[in-house]
Amino acid sequence: MNIVVCVKQVPDTATERKLRSDDKTLDRDAVDGVVNELDEYAVEEALRLKEAHGGEVTVLTMGPGKATETIRKALAMGADKAVHLSDDALHGSDALSTSYAMAQVLKKIGFDLVILGSESTDARTGVLAAMLAERLGAPQLTLANKVDVEGTSISVQRITDYGFDKVEATLPAVVSVVEKINEPRYPSFKGIMAAKKKPVETLAIGDASIDPAQVGLAAAWSSVVDFAAAPPRAAGTIVKDEGDGGTKAADFLASKKFI
Amino acid sequence: MSEILVLVEQVEGEVKKVTLELLTLARSLGTPAAVWAGPGITAEAKARLAEYGADKIYVAPSGDLVDYVVAPKAELLARLVADKAPAAVLVAATAEGKEIAGRLAVKTDSGVITDAVGLGEGFVADQSIFGGGINVRSKVVRGTPIVAVRPNSTAPEAAAGAGAEEEVSLTLSDAARAVRVVERVKQEKGARPELTEAAIVVSGGRGVGSAENFAVIEGLADSLGAAVGASRAATDAGWYPHQFQVGQTGKTVSPQLYIAAGISGAIQHRAGMQTAKTIVAINKDPEAPIFELADYGVVGDLHQVVPQLTEEINKRK
Repeated sequence: MNIVVCVKQVPDTATERKLRSDDKTLDRDAVDGVVNELDEYAVEEALRLKEAHGGEVTVLTMGPGKATETIRKALAMGADKAVHLSDDALHGSDALSTSYAMAQVLKKIGFDLVILGSESTDARTGVLAAMLAERLGAPQLTLANKVDVEGTSISVQRITDYGFDKVEATLPAVVSVVEKINEPRYPSFKGIMAAKKKPVETLAIGDASIDPAQVGLAAAWSSVVDFAAAPPRAAGTIVKDEGDGGTKAADFLASKKFI
Repeated sequence: MSEILVLVEQVEGEVKKVTLELLTLARSLGTPAAVWAGPGITAEAKARLAEYGADKIYVAPSGDLVDYVVAPKAELLARLVADKAPAAVLVAATAEGKEIAGRLAVKTDSGVITDAVGLGEGFVADQSIFGGGINVRSKVVRGTPIVAVRPNSTAPEAAAGAGAEEEVSLTLSDAARAVRVVERVKQEKGARPELTEAAIVVSGGRGVGSAENFAVIEGLADSLGAAVGASRAATDAGWYPHQFQVGQTGKTVSPQLYIAAGISGAIQHRAGMQTAKTIVAINKDPEAPIFELADYGVVGDLHQVVPQLTEEINKRK
């Protein structure tokens, strides 16, 4: 099975994230990049499916040069090779542009299964997998906390507000995974060393027939009007429990008409 | 004024509160038209939609709309966008709502904004990003604005609309019927409101200490008619099911009141609850960052404070 796992480098959420004042995009230079957490679950799921069914796992990322750190991590976990879509023209791409550009690459490299995390910790739109499925004309099996493949049939548990739906389709397909679908492995020392020798193909937009008019900040379907740091919340009242903390909290709730 | 499509969210024929919020919001920007996708619309549901301002109710009764995942609803909305040329399309910013919005955006070559917490003139949307650290105003600049609005972004207000029903017959493409729902498994816990929709959420974290102790959190939630949430520490420990996790890799909630018990308030958690209107924190560590957000905080042992609070609430009802 030819599995492509899409990973994104995101700013470490433990650091203060900012927007650039010039073009109102995420300031990626100011912060450390890490692998988007949910994508680690996607890598793990891809590796498990490969171990069960054979085949190959290709890492696909779109991002600036420093996103190679993210590729190396996924390769160290055990992925076989990587494709890095990197082009200045992609800077500022929104979800529609990103899904278009990634779909163009996926069409070029081919796949039986595309796996990604259900959302990123930076933009948090949660739309990319659905957009990829739409653009690729492939079944969308998203928000999965369990994935089963048998021959060309795929079945997943799709989490819902009330529990989950069991859904089925036929490969090739697009899958997004939620946290707790598995326990992502840590790269071993051997894995880290081996990752250095694994092939990474870097593509510019022209290499994947990506129309420059459909990507980047100028092509974005939505734009930021303005932004500001959230005003700090007014300092609240903090009391120490002297045996009456619950009663005092009830007084507060009553003053706000919650009871 | 031009029409604004609102995709109806419903559970077994009952219109969800978020839809009434969306209709209220749509009324301030145009003429709301509700879109009912699937079988099972009732007279009560139609009356409810009209009561909150739906001028039209488009009903697409095909069972395929709910028996296949996401794509059919996007196809239905795309068809209505083509036929009715609405000024905008509003959906609830649930996980599925956002996926529908995403596919619709591709189909109609339109921009999409997710997790709006407000929507004003010119369809300029308010968003709270990076764990609540930055407020952004953004708008769609290509195509028909598609906006996924978070539950509890506005208070639903009744104002009658005509509620004229129009049936939409739709032949779905094969691509829209690629993923079939073969079984629905309900794992609901009691009769509590849904986490993302609830006006009040009571969450427990590491300080709760065990799965059994979550009964304390549930007791407080039930005294307030609230939903129960949990921090990642609590779900990672297996004390509470993952679907109730509030935070960066879980659900985002925006209730009127959020009570955090035994939760320190790491960014992982804050990202999921920082837009709550009123925040109450109970934690034994006075240095816990959750107190920076709290409108009211009690430094103390939740195992003492929460039961006392529950008792007081029940007494005062």
